[in-house]
Amino acid sequence: MIVGDRKDFKEILEKLGSRRRVLVLGCNECVTVCGVGGEREVGVLSAELRLYWKKEGETFEIREHTLERQCDFEYIDQIKGFADEYDVILSMACGAGVQYVAEAYKTKLVLPAVNTTFLGVTIEQGVWSERCQGCGSCILDMTAGVCPIARCSKSLLNGPCGGSSEGKCEIDKEIDCAWQLIVDRLKESGQMERYEEILPVKDWRTGREGGPRKRVREDLKL
Amino acid sequence: MSYPSNVKVVKLPCTGRVDVLLILRTFESGADGVYVAGCMEGECHFLRGNLRARRRVDYVKGLLEEVGLGGGRVEMFNMSASQGQRFAQFAREMTERIRLLGPSPVRK
Repeated sequence: MIVGDRKDFKEILEKLGSRRRVLVLGCNECVTVCGVGGEREVGVLSAELRLYWKKEGETFEIREHTLERQCDFEYIDQIKGFADEYDVILSMACGAGVQYVAEAYKTKLVLPAVNTTFLGVTIEQGVWSERCQGCGSCILDMTAGVCPIARCSKSLLNGPCGGSSEGKCEIDKEIDCAWQLIVDRLKESGQMERYEEILPVKDWRTGREGGPRKRVREDLKL
Repeated sequence: MSYPSNVKVVKLPCTGRVDVLLILRTFESGADGVYVAGCMEGECHFLRGNLRARRRVDYVKGLLEEVGLGGGRVEMFNMSASQGQRFAQFAREMTERIRLLGPSPVRK
């Protein structure tokens, strides 16, 4: 899923400036699962804004609304009837959702309330960890199902480097050395001979380095 | 056993039911302070309800600081069901603390 962090309340207030009619827009997908931008978090941020503005003696209007997704126009269309009543749409979706809402409501100010951070997994309730960087050419078959692009601090294709110590990365003892994980898993799955294969230089053009990406499936088009 | 009459008790099956939004809504409704009275740590009938409640209360403290109400307006206390005097003592302590902080700025 896409994981994010709620922006600091002070930063949100600064971005809102003098605008007091706010549509706080949540998303029922990834940001709900990682506890940053779903219906509940829309409720918390809206409550924070109400408490703050009440304390300041200000007049305001806040509407809480959560869409099934903010990355599909069919759902974004659902706020058409009332979006115009607000000065600003405060989107709690990932960066994709914020942009798609902004594209749909060209005359509206759309602000992000979330910092989108990574593609990851749930380690346990309340803990998420990065697993994928969307490089566009997956090599997990070569690396025993552990991605060195996302999980090695240097994205080394042939590791580990000299900074690997007792299974941890030199940049932070909390971070597992991805190449240690790869070697451990190669051993566990009886594929250690694969470690001898030198991974070739990666063609980064399939990733962000090749510019913004787009995927088209003609057979799925209506 | 007597405790200050300003304390309004909201009964819950377990403090594990206490949610961040529930506390925020209470402040929105005009409460000057909120405290959660849970069972003793390690003695939760549902195992970890009171430990979860404490973490949520700590989280709300941060939110209240952010919005300028002050984290001191919310607190978590632990006591067993048989410690009526302790319940009354915390009620007095919290009432005194909130009295010093004054009315919630949200109510002005």
